[in-house]
Amino acid sequence: MSELAVEVNGLKRSFGDVHALNGLHLEIKPGIVFGLLGPNGAGKTTLVRVLSTLLQPSAGSARVLGHDVVADQLAVRRRIGLAGQFAAVDNELTGRENLIMVARLSRLSAKEAARRATESLERYSLADVADRRASTYSGGMRRRLDLAAGLIASPPLVLLDEPTTGLDPRSRQELWDAIAALQREGTTVLLTTQYLEEVDRLAERIAVIDQGRIVAQGTPSELKDAVGQSTVSVQLTNAADQDAALAALSQHGIAVGAVDIQRPSLDDVFLELTGHKAEEPVLEQA
Amino acid sequence: MTRVPERPGGRGAEPLAYSISDRRHLTPAEVLSDTRVLAGRQLRKVLRRPMYVVFLFIQPVLFVLLFRYVFGGAINTGHLSYVNYLMPGIIVMTATFGSMTTGLGLTEDMAGGVVDRLRSLPISHAAILIGRTAADMVTNLVTLVVMIGIGLLVGFRPSQPIYDFILAVLLTLAFAYVFSWISAWVGLASKNPETAQSVGFIWVFPLVFASSAFTPTTHMVAPVKAFANVNPITLLTNAARDLMVGGHSATAPALWALVWMVGLLLLFVPLAVRQLRRA
Ligand SMILES: Nc1ncnc2c1ncn2[C@@H]1O[C@H](COP(=O)(O)OP(=O)(O)OP(=O)(O)O)[C@@H](O)[C@H]1O
Ligand SMILES: [Mg+2]
Repeated sequence: MSELAVEVNGLKRSFGDVHALNGLHLEIKPGIVFGLLGPNGAGKTTLVRVLSTLLQPSAGSARVLGHDVVADQLAVRRRIGLAGQFAAVDNELTGRENLIMVARLSRLSAKEAARRATESLERYSLADVADRRASTYSGGMRRRLDLAAGLIASPPLVLLDEPTTGLDPRSRQELWDAIAALQREGTTVLLTTQYLEEVDRLAERIAVIDQGRIVAQGTPSELKDAVGQSTVSVQLTNAADQDAALAALSQHGIAVGAVDIQRPSLDDVFLELTGHKAEEPVLEQA
Repeated sequence: MTRVPERPGGRGAEPLAYSISDRRHLTPAEVLSDTRVLAGRQLRKVLRRPMYVVFLFIQPVLFVLLFRYVFGGAINTGHLSYVNYLMPGIIVMTATFGSMTTGLGLTEDMAGGVVDRLRSLPISHAAILIGRTAADMVTNLVTLVVMIGIGLLVGFRPSQPIYDFILAVLLTLAFAYVFSWISAWVGLASKNPETAQSVGFIWVFPLVFASSAFTPTTHMVAPVKAFANVNPITLLTNAARDLMVGGHSATAPALWALVWMVGLLLLFVPLAVRQLRRA
């Protein structure tokens, strides 16, 4: 049995003549938060769907905690928790009923399912609306409920497809805390995102995906190092010194108020590697 | 950034409350338990939307009024009064249309992502559909009982023994169950809810109207008549009619209806499950 949480080899998946995944290789060690970064249409969702057995690959193979996603679907589904890009909650049921259903179908006892449902509703700030139908929830509440559903059975591998899209800053912070907690508990997390800050903050390793392939991989720091040099910005005490400063920077003796060393941001990495700019995060008000 | 050990050590705050099974297949008990959970979910939703069930009656009630009081006088049904001829047909039609909610509901669940959620869980795909069709059968039973009540109000007078009557209802219910699977397949195969709304329904209309549900097939034009005579809806309606208000022996049409049911079930259960797997 493989020791990798995720092992993807030459994975291809096409839709007609669109090659959503085009020979993708990826390895994720257990116990880490792994960030998958890519522009729209890069193949993030397709990869997540293949890993969660929702979609059959056209070629290549993928294993989750040692189990093949095609040959061994049941074993894979017993080990993953999924929160897809679009919240998958049953509108006609209450938040609590949604969670209990997922917990029951993940083979938890009725009592345990009820206990965990209450606990997650609390944890994701849904306690107040727990017994209201999900159709009355705001977009952010639905997302949180969907996440809670994906995590309720404490699976060893959690697949989160753009989990913070549409969350307000406070909910996003709560989710980040939850992901950090998962990692402390030893859960492997695969996180796709458009928020560079998110992977920078949470992920131990990052892969950049573009046109169905991984185009770069490493720690956030390695990726930044790979792209250009750091920028040193110097703030002058005396505005009048500006010309002199420029001339004299190679010499010595300029009074410096503040020095800010800027490493390339992940934005730069993104741009450099994929040739497009990352989506600007849209912050939603609470 | 915190370094973590390469292999997860213990699960900290929330230990696994169950151990991950390594059996390659689910046990029948597990499939049954999942089916129960899923059917329960469906029934709870129906109870929560009673208007939705009321909506299921509007059309059959309109048909009862239309045929009983408008067209009925012009239809010759021999020794049977038209209302006694009509009601078994209406009951079969109600069950057939009622079973179409299976497919519509599934397309809705697909569009809303619920199907994806369920498919990502360690349950059998068949349980998803068995749970759904079982719940729809319960809803269907309720609508049948109400339609029988409405029939009695407009003059329907069953003349056969009660156990024959019950047998007719059970046969109709079983037929609706089979049609639920066809509807499930159509619903899962259609790409979006709009298509399912139209296509999902259209194929049952010729089956219902080119049958003996509203008029005897004797006066239909030859090709339609040929179709109507082997139409499972004709066979079921004839059986139900004979079991409710008498006339002929119900044995032959009932047996043929059963043959249809078994055949359709054998065909559409695997088709629907396969379609769900691909959804
Ligand atoms: N069911 C489908 N049918 C046809 N094309 C598809 C389908 N699913 C995905 N694609 C195509 O595959 C490519 C990859 O899509 P995917 O959803 O995986 O991208 P993504 O990285 O998740 O993008 P986003 O950031 O916008 O969510 C896109 O070109 C998309 O149009
Ligand atoms: Mg996506």
